[in-house]
Amino acid sequence: MKDLMSHALDVATSRGAQYADVRVVENHTENMVVKDGIVESIDNSETIGFGLRLLAEGAWGFASGRELNNQEVERVTVQALEIARASAMVRGEKVELGPPVTSQGSYQTPIQIDAFDISKEKKLGVLMAADAEMAKVKGVRVRRGNLTFIREVKHFANSEGAFTEQTIYETGGGIQATAVGDGEVQVRSYPTSMGRQQVTAGWEAVESWDFPGNAQRVASQAVALLTADPCPSEITTTLILGGDQVALQVHESCGHPIELDRVFGSEAAYAGTSFLTPEKLNNFRYGSNEVNITAESLRPLGLGTFGWDDEGVPAQSTPIVKNGLFVGYLMSRETASQLGKESNGCMRATSWNRIPLIRMTNVSLEPGTWDLDDLIADTDQGIYMETNRSWSIDDKRYNFQFGTEIGFEIKDGKLGRMLRNPTYTGITPQFWNSCDAVCNQKHWVMYGTPNCGKGQPSQVAHTGHGAAPARFRNVRVGVLK
Amino acid sequence: MLDETQAKQLTQEVIRRCQGQPVEVVISAQDSRLTRFANNAIHQNVAESDLVLRVRRVIGKRIGIASTNRTDGSALDEALHHAQANAQASPEDPDYPGLAGPAEYQVAKAFDPVTSSYSPEGRAQQVGEVCRLAKESDLNASGAFSTGSAILSVANSEGLFAFHPYTKADFQTVIMGEDSSGRAQSSSWQVGDIPVVDLGREAIQKAQRGRHPQRVEPGRYTVIFDPYVTEDLLHMLNLYGMSAQAVLEGRSWMNDRQGKRAMSQLVSIWDDGLDPQGIPMPFDFEGVPKVRVDIIKEGVVDEPVYDRYTAHKAGKTTSGHAIPPFMRNYGPLATNLFMAPGSAELEEMIRSTEHGLYITRFWYTRLVHPRDCVVTGMTRDGVFMIENGELTRPVKNLRFTQSYVQALAQVEAISKETRLLFSQYGNMALRVPALKIKDFNFTGSTV
Repeated sequence: MKDLMSHALDVATSRGAQYADVRVVENHTENMVVKDGIVESIDNSETIGFGLRLLAEGAWGFASGRELNNQEVERVTVQALEIARASAMVRGEKVELGPPVTSQGSYQTPIQIDAFDISKEKKLGVLMAADAEMAKVKGVRVRRGNLTFIREVKHFANSEGAFTEQTIYETGGGIQATAVGDGEVQVRSYPTSMGRQQVTAGWEAVESWDFPGNAQRVASQAVALLTADPCPSEITTTLILGGDQVALQVHESCGHPIELDRVFGSEAAYAGTSFLTPEKLNNFRYGSNEVNITAESLRPLGLGTFGWDDEGVPAQSTPIVKNGLFVGYLMSRETASQLGKESNGCMRATSWNRIPLIRMTNVSLEPGTWDLDDLIADTDQGIYMETNRSWSIDDKRYNFQFGTEIGFEIKDGKLGRMLRNPTYTGITPQFWNSCDAVCNQKHWVMYGTPNCGKGQPSQVAHTGHGAAPARFRNVRVGVLK
Repeated sequence: MLDETQAKQLTQEVIRRCQGQPVEVVISAQDSRLTRFANNAIHQNVAESDLVLRVRRVIGKRIGIASTNRTDGSALDEALHHAQANAQASPEDPDYPGLAGPAEYQVAKAFDPVTSSYSPEGRAQQVGEVCRLAKESDLNASGAFSTGSAILSVANSEGLFAFHPYTKADFQTVIMGEDSSGRAQSSSWQVGDIPVVDLGREAIQKAQRGRHPQRVEPGRYTVIFDPYVTEDLLHMLNLYGMSAQAVLEGRSWMNDRQGKRAMSQLVSIWDDGLDPQGIPMPFDFEGVPKVRVDIIKEGVVDEPVYDRYTAHKAGKTTSGHAIPPFMRNYGPLATNLFMAPGSAELEEMIRSTEHGLYITRFWYTRLVHPRDCVVTGMTRDGVFMIENGELTRPVKNLRFTQSYVQALAQVEAISKETRLLFSQYGNMALRVPALKIKDFNFTGSTV
């Protein structure tokens, strides 16, 4: 492998590239979905190939191929050079990458049990057992459960002397019950929505989730939601969000606007830009004193946990919001140089055939001091919402509106009646400045977001978000029609 | 890129290795290139060549799937082994209808050699011109220009073989000023159909006109939608209801509305994989010929699209809308959507509006409630107040929360002109007009 990669870099530099890097990626994924007691799909997929990124005449070019041999490497390298020279026809500012990156070594996700060693029958057995439990609840229309296992081996080398090898394991899964009533469709999911929870771990993650043990509760809540009272509309109240919804709130309203490529306009035509412009760095109150947000690629279980990013920069931790003050970005080598800083290792590509972009690592809300029961007891009136159902935010990441699967009224410090179709809306810094409590480590969970879209051609990245329940004051809720 | 003979050889080789056992082989391959620009310069410029070979093995009514992007003998054997093991591990699916039989396919020309071999220099020249025009106007151009070719080939042990080569081209740009922006997009299977520089001018005009936007109160407004907004309406209605699977599961907006008038009589929506005005694709991922499906006929809700599985369950005939089997939880999908044009010009629609908003694009639209297809999202890249038939001033972006079914019930006019657009998400092409709709519900605004 090393020889092939060296050959690519030699061809690139000998033909005029000022910088080049090459990634060889081999990905194996196993997916299975059980629906209403049958296997809806069970699939093993593999993809292997290499991508070569280079700078020539001061401009970027990237090409990729699926055949790992010298002839294909030469074809792809020449193609990348041609592309870079075309880019130079409409060149921008000179590209500076900062100090050279010469990382060496290997990394592997720490796992206890390799999920690829577990029999398919055992895996399907977990989903079938959960399905049977959901089926015991009268009124459920559709039952689904899924598992996903990923093993990705990635080699990286650059023309500055870096060579790294890493093997990343991911395990994901979830169950979902759908109930249909009179013009009403209600869904409950576990451990979280968007199909599944996902972490960097092995089979032990599936065992920890206990799908069968949670299946009846999930199904019962889906049915109960059909006749629950609607969330009060157009009121301003106190909101307590469950940890999974806080994770999504962090992803959308903090994780994306701190991507420095967005800030500099690289994503303007597609994903959008950001309200967190450079003059706000160390100079903008993003949230209240309770709000501490960190981006890091070292935490156990996070989907943004690895050895090095796709520019060979080592995994690390970066404060983003410190006691409410905005203090950090997610950066690449190129964008960090534009700010006079060094990359904090956030460049990742979703496969061999895509260029690395700035992606969230594990952008997490640090735990506070509250126990959830105490927080609810401390709230006279409000609404508790958990598990995301819909999410929408503007292109600068200011105005958002989110809906959750379930809500509960809070009255006199106690959880009361169930509420259906809960939604809330706000403006990002106002919302985070209204946060007056975050729950403690006991409630803090590393959630996975395996569906983060960005870039053209599209890349769906996997990001991590540690979060615990949190309380927000004066939030507008109940925006449905 | 494989030609028809090579695709046939490869699929037959897979079938041969199964020694008479039922199997389906799907090859999708592509050579795609994309030039991306921002801040009036090209900043990302990429090329990709890939091939995915998917096998679906069938043991009685047990099904297993596997895929690889390698084509050597050991890779084929590995994929077949995985698919076999997956089938063996699965219980029987009583509703599985078996593999499709051989079929005749209509010729659907969708391959353009110029688009297939379009060079990075060609894309850079056109992008450079758009950037130059933006710079001249003291504006900032960004966007993407993509070209490429692809094939889809389906074969199975029942003797079915289908092969379709096609090309794709798309240009989209957002031109930004200090406090304004404008967007334009066009898609085709022939790059020559895409007026790149004119699209740049369209976006520049919107950005210039949008300077110094003012806040307006949320509420119900008559709206004129550019085709870019109409694309979003159809896209969401498609994802959340035009599939027979969504109807069978009771979560579609079509449930309880089939056979009833749910939209304005002006509204007709259909899917047609053979119409050259779209991006033709003559068969689906099961190798079944596509047929036209009338989804909305003069406001009346007609039929969803079917694949063989959902058709079997519902006692219907497949319409040729299967997607890859590993994505079966999405069900069949309409991928060649058309909305019938009307008789109006965009300018007339604006002139006939006493008080309303002209909206050029929606952004980040998400489903809030499925049965009425209630969606929330933001406006983006140009919103303008219409007063007494004229565009009077730009306004700041608004958030809406609105049933798309209800919105199409309130259509008052449809433009003569339509535009072909690739959807932002998924492999989907839509030919859509501009719309005039009354009482569209805006629920918030941004700072």
